[in-house]
Amino acid sequence: MTGNSLDPYVAHYAVRTQGMRASAIRALFAVASRPEVVSLAGGMPYLQSLPLDALAAEASRLIAEDGTVALQYGSGQGIPALREQICQIMALEGISAHPDDVVVTVGSQMALDLVTRIFCDPGDVVLAEAPSYVGALSVFSAYQAQVVHVAMDDHGLQPEALAAAIASAQDAGRAIKFLYTIPNFHNPAGVTLSLERRGVIAEMCRSAGIAIIEDNPYGLLGFDDGVNRAIRADDPDNVIYLGSFSKTFAPGLRVGWALAPHAVREKLVLANEATTLNPPVFNQMMISAYLSGFDWKSQIKAYRQTYAVRRDAMLAALEAHMPGGATWTVPDGGFYVWLTLPEGFDTTAMLPRAVSERVAYVPGTAFYADGFGTRQMRLSFCYPTPERITEGVRRLGVVLEREMDVMRTFGTTLQPGTRHALGASAPAPDTA
Amino acid sequence: MNSYHVMVLAGGLSHEREVSLRSGSRLAQAMRDAGHDVTVRDADDSLLGWIDQNRPDVAVIALHGGRGENGAVQAILELAGVPFVGTEAHECRLAWDKATAKVLVSRAGYHTPRWVTLSHNSFRDLGAASLVSAVARHLMFPLLLKPHQGGSALGTAVVHEESELPAALVGSFAYGDVVLVEEYATGTEVAVTVVDGPDGPMALPAVEIVSPGEVFDYEARYTAGTTTYHAPARLSEDAAAAAAELALSAHRVLGLRDISRTDAIMTPDGRAQFLEVNVSPGLTETSLMPMAVAAAGQDLGELYTHLVERAIARAAAPAPTNVTAG
Repeated sequence: MTGNSLDPYVAHYAVRTQGMRASAIRALFAVASRPEVVSLAGGMPYLQSLPLDALAAEASRLIAEDGTVALQYGSGQGIPALREQICQIMALEGISAHPDDVVVTVGSQMALDLVTRIFCDPGDVVLAEAPSYVGALSVFSAYQAQVVHVAMDDHGLQPEALAAAIASAQDAGRAIKFLYTIPNFHNPAGVTLSLERRGVIAEMCRSAGIAIIEDNPYGLLGFDDGVNRAIRADDPDNVIYLGSFSKTFAPGLRVGWALAPHAVREKLVLANEATTLNPPVFNQMMISAYLSGFDWKSQIKAYRQTYAVRRDAMLAALEAHMPGGATWTVPDGGFYVWLTLPEGFDTTAMLPRAVSERVAYVPGTAFYADGFGTRQMRLSFCYPTPERITEGVRRLGVVLEREMDVMRTFGTTLQPGTRHALGASAPAPDTA
Repeated sequence: MNSYHVMVLAGGLSHEREVSLRSGSRLAQAMRDAGHDVTVRDADDSLLGWIDQNRPDVAVIALHGGRGENGAVQAILELAGVPFVGTEAHECRLAWDKATAKVLVSRAGYHTPRWVTLSHNSFRDLGAASLVSAVARHLMFPLLLKPHQGGSALGTAVVHEESELPAALVGSFAYGDVVLVEEYATGTEVAVTVVDGPDGPMALPAVEIVSPGEVFDYEARYTAGTTTYHAPARLSEDAAAAAAELALSAHRVLGLRDISRTDAIMTPDGRAQFLEVNVSPGLTETSLMPMAVAAAGQDLGELYTHLVERAIARAAAPAPTNVTAG
């Protein structure tokens, strides 16, 4: 008798869908969205500080006056006015770019998907920081690329580790397609690639014939009001730069971009058209109107001030509530702190206990393609108020106490370390 | 057929929130298709105020885990005077605690795998190594570990030797402070739904589960295409009758009402081994109870309409009851 597997297509799916399965851990995040839970998990910008009434009026005007354009199909490359404004934004980071080389996408996530699609065959090597952005790892997995993680420290990607990774892959005869890096206020590690290293890494990749994908959603969100010079600024021919309005304006509009050398840009436009025909015109026009009609630089300054206060609240709470041996990064911008617990902790296994205590985080293993990150977690300080952050970290401290109690009972040993996980004397949050 | 304002409770704060939301959504659609006015509500701090303002005719609980199954929400509905489909608060507490349910069902003369229930405090205070050894001496491997309360097989693990026990215990303790360790029963895994009808409880056809691993775990339950189901189960007539009798007895012994689902193993010698019972069975696309309903040739919306009418009729002649909210 033939049973029913509840999926008549089960024999027809592509190999790359094999990892697409229900997950008890993922399901726990349904609880994290409840207000009773302090979620230190999601990287959601604090949109309450946007001028929502004025934006509503602008949206209304847009449809009333330009509705036949805003609601129509558009260019696969994105509207010219926005591409020009994007170039002006990138100029803040030292980038000199022409609007013709900008491709607007449905969030920078789509740009990353398109870049991976046009470069990677199954089995190709992609170099990425250890840890790396979980959404990027999902894209690389979907295209069956092999991620090789490269160690970081407090100053970002380590050039010597990159050199070793390149040599190792080349010795094995593997095709390295690109280095994927988040140089500013890294997701999830919170650290920033030093300016000195940027040149070294750019030169190293150029010499090895490896393109750099510079993903920079947080670049304008430094707490000292400064803006770091982009890698792309000094290496226009070997860097594909990805930008986003999701962190500096509104993620719901799903608008990002890629800046690429012209030959790559041509392929990105074709791939973009094959996927979406065109990025949403209304959303692009809304952002264009926001950039031209609103004081967006002051808005970003307000974001920076808000996030800096929240970062401080998180660091103070960690100091007060974390057990000895726990270490964490100290970000100068962005959204995230990377927490490393002493040996013996398993942040994935203890997530149910955390949810029971009404606090949520993202387990470290989500940010590795190779199973590392067991005792790490990403903590976001962007969305909860400082008071909620303090309470959330306090609850996390309770969770860790109970976890240690269980570990002591069953004989798991704890090894005390030192503060600041990415310090020169401490192991990087990767393969150490 | 009468049309009612039905409040479907779904969501909650348990580890099974996502499953509950899916159950609630599917149940709500089935009830709407049956002609009812349905409101899906979360069990949050606005619930009682909403009930006061809207006075639904009846509630159906699609909450899984925690307060949705341990009697707390049932007690609150009893306090609020809202008729509801399902087991009363006190009896929920008996069924919710897996060890208590096993005691009561085994005392009624039915088989259940040998087990021991142990808290983390016991291991800590009495010494983990000696207690682990005692468990290993007392029970036959392989062993199945699961939190003594909870569903969707969260925190469940199979261990084959003593050395694997500590790590499995640590994993289960992440879901709760008490773990039920029982001998792993091999055989045909089945789920039998029982529905109260005019002539008393009635067992729907057993659903057989052929999961890819040793445990019908969360991934196997909720990833379509992973597990194969047979409804009705491929059981002999005698075995099917034994499975139905076990489920009906569990329903009666535990004082369950309206609907329940008993999970059991049919051993090769034809015996039914009781594992656990659910007072709020899953209703998702991959859940077992809707498969049983379909195998019985029934419609989910019509079945719940029948249960809703029973609940409303009960409310017309309320019996005094003690309530305990937790």
